[in-house]
Amino acid sequence: MNRIPFAAAVGLVFTALYFLAALFAPLLAPYGMAEVVGGVWEQSSSEHWLGTDNIGRDLLTRLIYGGRTTIFIATAATVLSFSTGAILGFLAAVLGGWADQLMSRTVDLLMSIPTLIFALVVLSVMPVTVPMLILVMGLLDSTRVYRLARAVAVDINVMDYVEAAKLRGERRGWIIFREILPNALSPLVAEMGLRFIFMVLFVSTLSFLGLGVQPPAADWGGIVKENKDGIVYGIPAALLPAVAIATLSISVNLVADWVLNRTTSLKGGRG
Amino acid sequence: MNDAMLDVRDLRIGATAYPPGEPPREIEIVHGVSFTLEKGKVLGLIGESGAGKSTIGLAALGYGRGGVEITGGEVWVNGRDILKGGLRGLRQLRGAEVSYVAQSAAAAFNPAKRLMEQVTEAAIHHNRFSRSDAEARAVALFAKLGLPDPETFGNRYPHQVSGGQLQRAMTALALCPQPDLVVFDEPTTALDVTTQIDVLAAIKEAIRDTGVAALYITHDLAVVAQVSDDIMVLRDGDMVEYGSTDQIINSPQEDYTRALVSVRSIEHAEKPPTPDPVLRVWGITARYKGTPFDVLHDVSVDLHPGQTLAVVGESGSGKSTLARVITGLLPPRAGGIEFAGRTLSPALERRTREDLREVQMIYQMADVAMNPRQTVGTIIGRPLEFYFGMRGAEKRKRVKELLDEIEMGDGFIDRYPAELSGGQKQRVCIARALAAKPRMIICDEVTSALDPLVADGILKLLLDLQKIENVAYLFITHDLATVRAIADSIAVMHRGKVVRYGPKSQVLNPPFDDYTDLLLSSVPEMKLGWLEQVIAHRRMESAGN
Repeated sequence: MNRIPFAAAVGLVFTALYFLAALFAPLLAPYGMAEVVGGVWEQSSSEHWLGTDNIGRDLLTRLIYGGRTTIFIATAATVLSFSTGAILGFLAAVLGGWADQLMSRTVDLLMSIPTLIFALVVLSVMPVTVPMLILVMGLLDSTRVYRLARAVAVDINVMDYVEAAKLRGERRGWIIFREILPNALSPLVAEMGLRFIFMVLFVSTLSFLGLGVQPPAADWGGIVKENKDGIVYGIPAALLPAVAIATLSISVNLVADWVLNRTTSLKGGRG
Repeated sequence: MNDAMLDVRDLRIGATAYPPGEPPREIEIVHGVSFTLEKGKVLGLIGESGAGKSTIGLAALGYGRGGVEITGGEVWVNGRDILKGGLRGLRQLRGAEVSYVAQSAAAAFNPAKRLMEQVTEAAIHHNRFSRSDAEARAVALFAKLGLPDPETFGNRYPHQVSGGQLQRAMTALALCPQPDLVVFDEPTTALDVTTQIDVLAAIKEAIRDTGVAALYITHDLAVVAQVSDDIMVLRDGDMVEYGSTDQIINSPQEDYTRALVSVRSIEHAEKPPTPDPVLRVWGITARYKGTPFDVLHDVSVDLHPGQTLAVVGESGSGKSTLARVITGLLPPRAGGIEFAGRTLSPALERRTREDLREVQMIYQMADVAMNPRQTVGTIIGRPLEFYFGMRGAEKRKRVKELLDEIEMGDGFIDRYPAELSGGQKQRVCIARALAAKPRMIICDEVTSALDPLVADGILKLLLDLQKIENVAYLFITHDLATVRAIADSIAVMHRGKVVRYGPKSQVLNPPFDDYTDLLLSSVPEMKLGWLEQVIAHRRMESAGN
């Protein structure tokens, strides 16, 4: 392992900070998540480090719990989108022919509808629960992963070592998971960092529009929505989750860039 | 100051190495090489890959490719040290006094411009000739190089001419500005033998007529012996031997040179055919999906147990397609394959695991034939696990035995392919094929990508393994020297047909059909004056017809 570059180190530290805060939210948060502990939009003080929100809940507590929800949903949706997208993409590349055509054209069809509008339509008819959110977000995003995975796998599928495995009589499972996956992993891992951030933004957008995480549960998009009227009166409460989203995005991207740099220079070698 | 055109003194070239898992470091790849070249003479630089021959050739142009840097020494061209002239000096030099012929003309030409424009560009740019003079000169060079319709040849685009013609056009490009020195970097390596001989003859004649000095870089000693006056043998950036062509070929002093000269001298006694061939291919006609023409026409050959059938032909003759048909990757349109007395299903999916086990394959490019993310142990161990259900210690023991068989120690078992040399990679591929205990192995150009000495080692290994394991080889190659070394019977393919087939002694001895004669007489021989003999012989024959 070479030295970690400065930018990547900064990214790693902040990313780790956010994930740890999400993990240990109940221990870290000074108050209860939905507990009203002060007046409306109080200034920051020694009791409330970041002040209070539109109905007098501690904003720091809300942010920590909100981060927990947002990061959990984004992570789960990313995992879902990657497992579905990658496996289907690899399968399409290995099967080829009409199976590939069918899957690829279906994905084209899905991608032709703007993701946000699609999600809004689906969520307005389905019950909005956390698993449903994860499912909708994960499946919609998997179309992008499918594209990437298929493109990478098509290249690998024509290599002689894959042909050698086919001649040996290996099953598709082995070819996908043992021959193609290890060689496609680097671009997919790098992409994963970027897709995770899109998920954070996606769930925040949905919550802001009222179709995401439902109150009283906190999430970053929801906090912006609840406190957006305060901006008119010079209350910065709505901006804090925005800062959180921005710093998380940048730090995860710094890490993803680093992974990308490390892996692209090792074409064909081991990472 | 002597009257040498090119004088290289104690040339040292450095580069940055990136060993896996370690910080980059500076290494020296050429360690103090000196030579001189007089006007009108040709010096052959010969060595295996990594010997530094191309690097030295480019240094004669004052150029270091891809992070390579000239760290010491002097390069005198026409009495001045070009390394001290700065970029401006180099710009005046290149394309005017010194020019370059690359290995792959197809990649070196701009596909969007006509040949004439590219051939005359340097001459016009450097004000060596006016446009009309340069074009007249180019036409004269086209004619000299034996290109068809020299008057209009320059109007064509690169994709409209064949590979051999393009390589000759590249030579015209290099000679057009009337340079004093031309560097030929493996100009015929990518060509078929029958094309190579024409290009070689054209280059030799052009060098003689224009009186330029030339550096001729190649890994093929037999080729360089035909064109050069002197030869320098290089190895790992050091000069091994430097002398006249006659001396290097006929009385080499160093062991390494002797090994290079005597390469391809494996003797293999032919075994007689048996009554029960292990593989019988009959009447195969095949085409690729979506194309309107057949690439194989009515191909029938037999392969006898423990013997080698060499399938010989130029690129596009259908020899690799035949391998695809036999393995089941390309089901034929007509004909059938019988293996060990039973009929093989034409499609891969319908073959039994036993059928698959008994026919193994070794590829040309060992680099891409092995998964870069698997260790040698996994690569060789997988067929053991897959076909014989071996696991754990039993598998590891067998992998070690196989590594011994291919003359590599068991220290390699946990290495990744990226940590192996080209020859070692090919050996691992052989071990993978042997692990399945096959009756037959298809070897598709397995030695073509390797240096001659390494290739020799692989061929010897294959022959030894054949004796031990009694495995039959279907050996696909374009190299007739390899065929002589390994085959028991030979099938010569041309445009998808088998034009000559039989035991080695019969195929390689007269009376010949026209194509086999052409093919056999085109293989460069390791002796002086061979090229002239062949050309004279062919002229005589065509005059007689």
